[in-house]
Amino acid sequence: MSSSVDAIRGLAEQDYKWGFVTEIDEDRVPKGLNEETIRLISARKGEPEFMLEWRLNALRHWFKLEREHAEPKWANVTFPPINYQDIVYYSAPKQRPVIDSLESIDPEILKTYEKLGIPLDEQKRLSGVAVDAVFDSVSVATTFKGKLAEMGVIFCSFSEAVKEHPELVKKYLGTVVPTTDNFYAALNAAVFTDGSFVYVPKGVRCPMELSTYFRINAAETGQFERTLIIADEGSYVSYLEGCTAPIRDTNQLHAAVVELIALDNAQIKYSTVQNWYPGDKEGRGGIYNFVTKRGKCQGVNSKISWTQVETGSAITWKYPGCILQGDNSVGEFYSVALTNNRQQADTGTKMIHIGKNTRSTIVSKGISAGYGQNTYRGQVKIMKGATGARNYTQCDSLLIGDRCGAHTFPYIEVRNSSARMEHEASTSKIGENQLFYLRQRGLKAEDAVSMIVNGFCKTVFRELPMEFAVEAQKLLGVSLEGSVG
Amino acid sequence: MALLEIQDLHASVEGNEILKGVSLKINAGEVHAIMGPNGSGKSTLAQVLARHETYEVTGGKVLLDGKDLLEMKPEEAACEGVFLAFQYPVEIPGIGNAYFLRSAINAIKKYRGQDELDAMDFLPMFREKMKLLEMDESLMNRSLNEGFSGGEKKRNEILQMVMMEPKLAILDETDSGLDIDALRIVAKGVNDMRSKDRAFLVITHYQRLLDYIAPDFVHVLVDGKIALSGGPELALELEEKGYGWTESDAQVLPA
Repeated sequence: MSSSVDAIRGLAEQDYKWGFVTEIDEDRVPKGLNEETIRLISARKGEPEFMLEWRLNALRHWFKLEREHAEPKWANVTFPPINYQDIVYYSAPKQRPVIDSLESIDPEILKTYEKLGIPLDEQKRLSGVAVDAVFDSVSVATTFKGKLAEMGVIFCSFSEAVKEHPELVKKYLGTVVPTTDNFYAALNAAVFTDGSFVYVPKGVRCPMELSTYFRINAAETGQFERTLIIADEGSYVSYLEGCTAPIRDTNQLHAAVVELIALDNAQIKYSTVQNWYPGDKEGRGGIYNFVTKRGKCQGVNSKISWTQVETGSAITWKYPGCILQGDNSVGEFYSVALTNNRQQADTGTKMIHIGKNTRSTIVSKGISAGYGQNTYRGQVKIMKGATGARNYTQCDSLLIGDRCGAHTFPYIEVRNSSARMEHEASTSKIGENQLFYLRQRGLKAEDAVSMIVNGFCKTVFRELPMEFAVEAQKLLGVSLEGSVG
Repeated sequence: MALLEIQDLHASVEGNEILKGVSLKINAGEVHAIMGPNGSGKSTLAQVLARHETYEVTGGKVLLDGKDLLEMKPEEAACEGVFLAFQYPVEIPGIGNAYFLRSAINAIKKYRGQDELDAMDFLPMFREKMKLLEMDESLMNRSLNEGFSGGEKKRNEILQMVMMEPKLAILDETDSGLDIDALRIVAKGVNDMRSKDRAFLVITHYQRLLDYIAPDFVHVLVDGKIALSGGPELALELEEKGYGWTESDAQVLPA
C-alpha cells in the first residue's frame, strides 16, 4: 500500500477549532416536551396570544406524528432513536440583554463572539455586514439596526419581530413551511425560541449583507431557531448564516426552519456556512442538523438563490427548496457538502415549478472523506401549468480515500410537456496521479488535496459573497486537515 | 560531484521487477537521452526519480547533489530541483493554470527560504514564456490541462519547466503526439534552458527529438538495464538497426 493512500486515510485527524464552552449562567426550562414547556417558553418571551396558539397547534400535530412514528426514515442516514423528552427546549443567558445595548451583554458572550471572529461592536466591523447573534435560544445582539431602519429595512431577532411587527409575522409565518410540513418542522414550530427576522420594503436594495451567527453553548439543549425573510416588491437582500457549537460527546439536536418570501421582482440571496460540531473521529457527539428551509417565489420575476457550504454536523438532513409560483421566477441551489470521519449528510433541494417560464438551477458538489457518507437528494417537479419551465441540474461527487461513500437520488416529475430538463452527474476520486502531479510541482500533499477540492467546488464558491467565499475555502481546508501527510 | 548518480537501482511495481540494476551518472550541464523499446523501464525510471510512491525501490542508491533522493517525498524532490515533464499530464478542473503554477513556484521558493512571487512579478514572466512557446494566452486562466489538446498539454509541461528552472529536468516522451512544428517549439524551450548548472534526462522512443535536442550521451535501456551507452551517433545507429541489435551486440561503453 503506497503511503499516499495511507496519507489520504489519515483524514481522520481533524481538529475542530470552535469547540470551546463559554461559562455563563443559564436560564433554562426543565427538560421535556409538553404543553407546559410551550406555555413556559411563550411566557418567557412575553408573546402575544396568537403565537402561543400557533405553537400549541404545532405541538398537537407533532404529538400525532410521533404517535404515528412519522419521524422521517427515508433519508440515507443512521442514528439511534432520539428521546425528545430528554432535551432542554429553552436555554438563555441569564442576564437578559436589553437589545441594542452592547454594554448589557454578558462580557463572556461578547468574548465568545470575538473568539469566533464575529465582533458585535459596530465600530469594529470592517465592511458593511450587519450581524444578529443568537446564543443558545435567544438573540443577544443585532448590529447596524439604526442604519438599516433609515431605509425601512427591518432586521431583528424573531422575538422582537413578534412584539414590534406582529402584523408581518402573522401574515407570513408558516406560509412557506406550515406547521404540518414535516416532523421536525412541527417540532420547531412548537418550541422555536428565536432566530432572525428580515423585511425589506418595496423597491429597496438592502445596502449591506445581513448575517446571523448561531452558537449553541449549553449542554443537553436543542437549538430551534426560525428565520423569516420577506422581500417586498422590487427589493433585494443578501443574507448569510453561520454556526458553531462546543465539543461535547453527546449528540445535540438542531431543528431550524427558514422561510423566504419574494414578492414581484424581488430577489433573495441566502448563503449558509454550516460548521456545527461534527463529532469526533469515532463519530461520538456532534450536532444532528435537521433543518427545513424553503423559499417561495410568490411574485412574478422573483428570484431566490440558496448557496450552502455544509462542513459540520454529525448528520445533516436539509433540502433548501424553492416554490416557483410567480411567472418567470427563478430558483437556484448551489451546494458544497463535505463529510469526513463518520459524518453523514443527506442534502439537496426541491424545485417546484408552478408558474410559467420558471427556471431553476441546481449545482451540488458532494465531497466524502474518511468514512463519510454523502447523499444528494433532489426533487424537480414541473406542475401542469408551468409551461416553458426549465431545469438544469449538475450533481458531482468527489471521493477522497476508499472508505467513504457518495450517493445520488434525483426525483424528477414532469406534468407539462413543454418543460426542458437537463441532468448531469459525475463521480470522481482524487486520483493518486492527480496528487502526484501536484506534488511533483512542489506542493505539499495536504495543499494538493485542498487545491483539488477547492477547484471542484469553484462553481459554488463563486456564488458566495466575496469575504465568505474566502472563509469557506479556509474552512474546507481545515475540515480536510490531516487528510494527507 | 555528479548532479545525479544512480547506482544499481532496482524497482518494482506490484511485485514485478521493472528496473533490474540501472547505473547512470549525470553531471550538471549535460543532456542525456534514454532510448529503448516499449516496456524496457524508461518511464518507470522517470517516475522513480520523481518519487512516485507506486514504484517500490528494492535496491540501489540515487544521489542528487550528494543527497539521498530515495529518502525524499515527491514534493521534496521537486523542491530540491527535480522536474518531470509528464508523458500524460493530468487534468485538474477548477484550478487556473497560472494560479497553479504560481502556487507551485512559491511552494518551492518557500522551501528554499526565498521570497515568494506576487502576481505582479509572476504575470509578465508567464506571458513572456507563453509567447516563447507560442501558446495561446487563453490557456493562462483555463483550468489546469482541462480540455487542452495533446500538444497544448505538452507545451504546458515545458512552460512549467521553463518557469520553475529545475536543476534536473526529466522529459518523459515529451515528443509523443507532437507534430513537427510543436516539436520544434518544445525543443527551443529546452535548448534555451541548457546551461552549465542544469542537466536534462530526455526519454524518447525516436531519434526524431534528438535532431532538435542534441544529447551529449545516449543510453539504451533494455529489460530494466542499460544495455548500451554512447554518444549522439548511437541514436542514429539505433534508428537504422532497431532495438534488436542492442540485445545481440550488447556492449557497454563508458558514459
